[in-house]
Amino acid sequence: MKLLNFLNNNLDTLFHLIIEHLQMTGTALLIAILIGVPLGILITRYRRLAEPILAIANVFQTIPSIAFFGILIPILGIGKQTAILVLFLYALLPIIKNTYTGIEGVSPSMVDAARGMGMTDMQILRMIELPQALSVIMAGIRVSTVINIGTTTIAAYIGGGGLGEFIFKGIQLYRNEMILAGAIPAALLAIIADKILEYVEIKLTPRSAGKLK
Amino acid sequence: MISFQNVTKKFDDFVAVDDISIDFEAGETIVLIGPSGCGKTTTLRMINHLVKATEGKITVDGNNIDEMDEVELRRNIGYVIQNVGLFPHMTIAENVSLVPYLKKVSKEDREKRARELLEFVGMPAEKFYDRYPEELSGGQQQRIGVARALASDPDIILMDEPFGALDPITRSILQDEFLQIRDELDKTIIFVTHDIDEALKLADKIVIMKDGKIVQYDTPENIIKNPLHGFVEEFLDHDSLLKHPEYIYVKDIMEKDPVTISPDSRYGQALAKIKKANVNRLAVVDDHEKFVGFVTLHHILNHLEDEQVNLEDIMKTDLPIITDQEMNVSQVLSLMADEKVGQLPVLDAQGKLLGVVTRAILIDILGKN
Repeated sequence: MKLLNFLNNNLDTLFHLIIEHLQMTGTALLIAILIGVPLGILITRYRRLAEPILAIANVFQTIPSIAFFGILIPILGIGKQTAILVLFLYALLPIIKNTYTGIEGVSPSMVDAARGMGMTDMQILRMIELPQALSVIMAGIRVSTVINIGTTTIAAYIGGGGLGEFIFKGIQLYRNEMILAGAIPAALLAIIADKILEYVEIKLTPRSAGKLK
Repeated sequence: MISFQNVTKKFDDFVAVDDISIDFEAGETIVLIGPSGCGKTTTLRMINHLVKATEGKITVDGNNIDEMDEVELRRNIGYVIQNVGLFPHMTIAENVSLVPYLKKVSKEDREKRARELLEFVGMPAEKFYDRYPEELSGGQQQRIGVARALASDPDIILMDEPFGALDPITRSILQDEFLQIRDELDKTIIFVTHDIDEALKLADKIVIMKDGKIVQYDTPENIIKNPLHGFVEEFLDHDSLLKHPEYIYVKDIMEKDPVTISPDSRYGQALAKIKKANVNRLAVVDDHEKFVGFVTLHHILNHLEDEQVNLEDIMKTDLPIITDQEMNVSQVLSLMADEKVGQLPVLDAQGKLLGVVTRAILIDILGKN
């Protein structure tokens, strides 16, 4: 009851925070895709780079988010930019890794056939490898999205805004309804985004080459 | 014509192809065969530059392929591989029209060509056009693979064990279809296999390779008849010739200079001749050496009482004859079966007797192999 009252009185703020939340997640993801996918493709072409690049991305992924913010605040200060940078670095690994795995997973005989038919490297990438790796790449984007929606709630701690504001403020004020007004929408956002991307992923799954060896 | 001049391919220290020089004539089906690691696939893949020769020169119709744009080269050479390599995310039609698409053929022409090709490989367009590869059986996929290779009407088609992954029955059907297609289209086809029977069935010429070298390059017939080296013999099934009686001709097996007798002889003379030559029949030949008929021991014994008859009266005439010395053993066998005879005279155009082919000879030849 208290929750409904709170939401009723703060609908505009809630709406604003959701938008802010999505903006941060979205911006970080977009940059992560724009950088991660080409990087993933690059390391399939230059295999020597694969290990170091995946190792670096893995380090970003391993650092706890609060610690990461802590490290970057002295350098970049508080605010949205710092939050987005951290979110971006978090999102990188699943995207790079899945792009790499997806393209590596395309059957060599298929690439051989494509090359033998006179496709250029770019055409092989665009018409054969990417379409077939798309569902795997999409799975990486989906993981990054869900992680990012969660991590974005912590961004409020360093002044990034988003639904975390309700949660942290609620904790300070001992107001459960306020905490829930941030936590429930954040959880719902993650679940909805996951479901939508799951659907996209399935749609993008190439018809399996089950009968091909 | 495709020409290899002193071509060597090394992968690091491993010499895959060792200084080979060979010409493939336009319009022929050349089958490369040999054990794994003999360099046959490498040789094939050097033609469309998927593998670059370490040394030597390869020319197609006189043009050095090293100097050609490799993408352009490949678009003008059909390529079929064992695992088909159909693209699962594309429809059958899209797969088939890929090379025309790369060559920027208009959409209408591409679609028209795709429909034509599907019909050509026996897969009705209305049924298969919009289907996906996974919905097809292995044999159907391989047909699409062939259709795709034919799409831009290339002069040269490279086939790397195209039927290798199929079950024996489907493989045999596709081989027969391949022969039909080959006869309908005038293409140079380079075909890799490790199956000697497939090679003998499909090839105009066979290249037998071992350790990166060409051991023998000849027609299937000559390879069966005169296998070079112990290796080729070993490689050929010991009963290869038996499986291919079409390569054994009348002229090679007929009994030359059969024992003859003139038609006005008495049976007593015939009997003496039969006994002396240790045969059971005589060829009856007139004064002009023309064949008249056969007389067998059986006939003579039946007429032993009848002292007045000449051979003329008892011999078998109006017999089926062979006039084409190039007739092969399987044709002879079916002629014998059709005519219900055990021996056939071989005559020249004037009717002169050249020799005799008997069932005993055939049994002996086929048994020996």
